[in-house]
Amino acid sequence: MTTAVASSPKARPIAWRIATVVQTVPETSRTKTLVLDIPDWRKHRAGQHVDVRLTAEDGYQTERSYSIASAPEDAHVALTIERLDDGEVSPYLTEELHAGDRLELRGPIGGYFVWDVTHGGPLFLVAGGSGIVPLMAMLRHRAAAFERASAETRHRVPARLLYSSRRWDDVIYRDELARLMKEDSAVEVTLTITREPPPNWIGFQRRIDRMMLAEVAWPPAERPHVYVCGPTPLVESVAATLVELGHDPARVKTERFGPTGGMV
Amino acid sequence: MEGAMRMSDQSPVAGERVADALHLDGNVAAGMLSEMFVPDLTAARTTCAHCGATRMMGALLAYAHGMGIVVRCPNCDHVVMRIARTPAQLWLDMTGASRIVIPATTPSA
Amino acid sequence: MSEPFISRGFHGRRRPAGTAGRLPPGQYVTPDFPVLSAGPTPHTPLDTWDFTVRDMGGRTARWTWDEFKALPHETITTDIHCVTKWSKFDTVWEGVSVDALLTDAAKRGDVEPEPYVLAVCDGGYSTNLPIADVMGGKAWIAVQYDGAPLAPEHGGPARLLVPHLYFWKSAKWVRQLRVMEHDQPGFWESFGYHNYGDPWREQRYAGDR
Repeated sequence: MTTAVASSPKARPIAWRIATVVQTVPETSRTKTLVLDIPDWRKHRAGQHVDVRLTAEDGYQTERSYSIASAPEDAHVALTIERLDDGEVSPYLTEELHAGDRLELRGPIGGYFVWDVTHGGPLFLVAGGSGIVPLMAMLRHRAAAFERASAETRHRVPARLLYSSRRWDDVIYRDELARLMKEDSAVEVTLTITREPPPNWIGFQRRIDRMMLAEVAWPPAERPHVYVCGPTPLVESVAATLVELGHDPARVKTERFGPTGGMV
Repeated sequence: MEGAMRMSDQSPVAGERVADALHLDGNVAAGMLSEMFVPDLTAARTTCAHCGATRMMGALLAYAHGMGIVVRCPNCDHVVMRIARTPAQLWLDMTGASRIVIPATTPSA
Repeated sequence: MSEPFISRGFHGRRRPAGTAGRLPPGQYVTPDFPVLSAGPTPHTPLDTWDFTVRDMGGRTARWTWDEFKALPHETITTDIHCVTKWSKFDTVWEGVSVDALLTDAAKRGDVEPEPYVLAVCDGGYSTNLPIADVMGGKAWIAVQYDGAPLAPEHGGPARLLVPHLYFWKSAKWVRQLRVMEHDQPGFWESFGYHNYGDPWREQRYAGDR
C-alpha cells in the first residue's frame, strides 16, 4: 500500500501553452538558443526544464524535454537545443523554427534538480556536452541574484564548473564562461576537451575521471551542492566517483540526458 | 556491492550498478506526473517497496519506453512506479513505492 | 472547441506509405530498429541460460542452450509493427517455431496444452497470448536477427517473435512459456494496453474494439 504525505500545495497544475520565438541565437555549429516569450509564465527555478510538443498537420504529435538555459530573473525564457543527427525534433527546432514562429510547451517542470542562491554554496557543477544547459541557468541565476541584492546582503556564492566537451568549438557559452571567470573571482571554470584540443591547449585533454575530480572539486569537508548533468554514462560515473571521494550523496544531484546527451 | 543496502535518504551510492546507457532518471517522468499531481514529484522522497532504499524521485532510474515510463529503484532494479498514457486515460501504478513524501512547494515568485 | 495548435513546418520522421496493404492503420515505416526497454538489459550467460515450458500441473520441459540449438530452426522474413507506430518491413530472424517447441515439450516433460500462454522473461517482463496465436506457424523463439546472434538490447539470447500482433507481444529475454487455463494479462496488458493487440484492427489500448 502506498501513502503519500503532502504539505498543502498552492501551485497550479502545469498547462500546455503557446510560446512565441522572439529570437534564435546560434551557439555552436550544432546548438542553437531559442529565446521565447511565454504568456503567463510562472517564474522558473534554475535547473528546471520544459516539455515541448510538436504537432504535424495530420495530428501526429511528439514531445521532448529541454532544460531552461536562462536565469529566472530574465524577461524571456531561453532554451539551448543540440541538433542530434538522427533526431526527429531537434533538427526542426534548430533549423526550421525562426523568430515569429510559435511553439507549444509546458513548464517549468522539476523540483529535484534545481538550485537557488538561497541554498548557498559552495556550488560544484559538472557538465558533459549539452548537460551544460541547466547548469548555465544556475550560473546565470547566481549572477543575476547578486546584482539584484542590496549592497549589505550581496554575497558571491563560490562556484566551480567542470565542463567536458569533444572539441573547442563544441563548448557552448564559451565566451560567456570566459567573461564570467574574468569578472568574478569566485567562479572557476575548468574545461576538458576530449577529442580535438585546440593547438597550444594546456588544459585537460581526457574524459572526466577520479583524479580530475579530486583535483577540481571542492573538498568534501566544504559540503558543496553538486549538480551533474549530461549523457547517462558520464553522469553515473561522476556521481559515483564523487561519493567515493567522500561527498554527501544527498548533495549530489543528477540529471541524465540519455546515451548521446540529448534529453530524450 | 559496497553501500548497496544503505536505507537512508541518498542520491547515488558508490557501487550501485552503472551500466546500460539506455536509462534516464526520474526527471523524465516529471512532465507526465504534473498531469496527475499538482506539486512536483521529482523532489519527493520515495521508498522502494522491495528493498527499502529511499531516494528522491529524480534520482530513480527511468526507462522511457515509448509505451510508458517505467521507474526503477537504482538499488535493486525493481519497478517503483509505472506511468502510461492512452488516448483516454493516464495510468499510474505506484505499488512499487511503499511511501512517498512530498515537500511543501516553495511559494511562486 | 478551439483548434489544436499545429507546429508550422513540422513533419516528423515518418515516410509516406506507398506500401498500400502492407502497413497497418496508423503506422509509419522506419528503416531503424528502435530499442525500447522497460528495464535494464539482462545478461544471462549461455551456460546458465535455459528455456522451460510449464503447464498447470507443474510439469516442465526444459532445454539448455545446447539442447535448444538442437531443435529444428527456421529462417523467417516478416514485417513487425510496434504500438508506438513504427513498422519495419522484411526483418529476418532465425529461431525455433513454438509449434516445434510445444511438440518437444510434450515429449520431454509431458506438458499438456491449455488455451492460453504467458511468456515470462528475465527482468520480470511478461505478456499473454491465446495458445492459438503461437501455433500454426505464427510464432517462434528467435535467437538470430539479420544473420547474427540476437543482440542483448534486442532481446538476446532469445526472444519471442509473434509478428502478427503488436511487437510488445514479442517478449525480449524470454525464458519460459507457461501454459495456462485462464488468460493472465501481462505487463502492458494489465496497464492500459489491449489484451490481444491486432495491428490490423488497431487494437492498441484497453477498450479498443
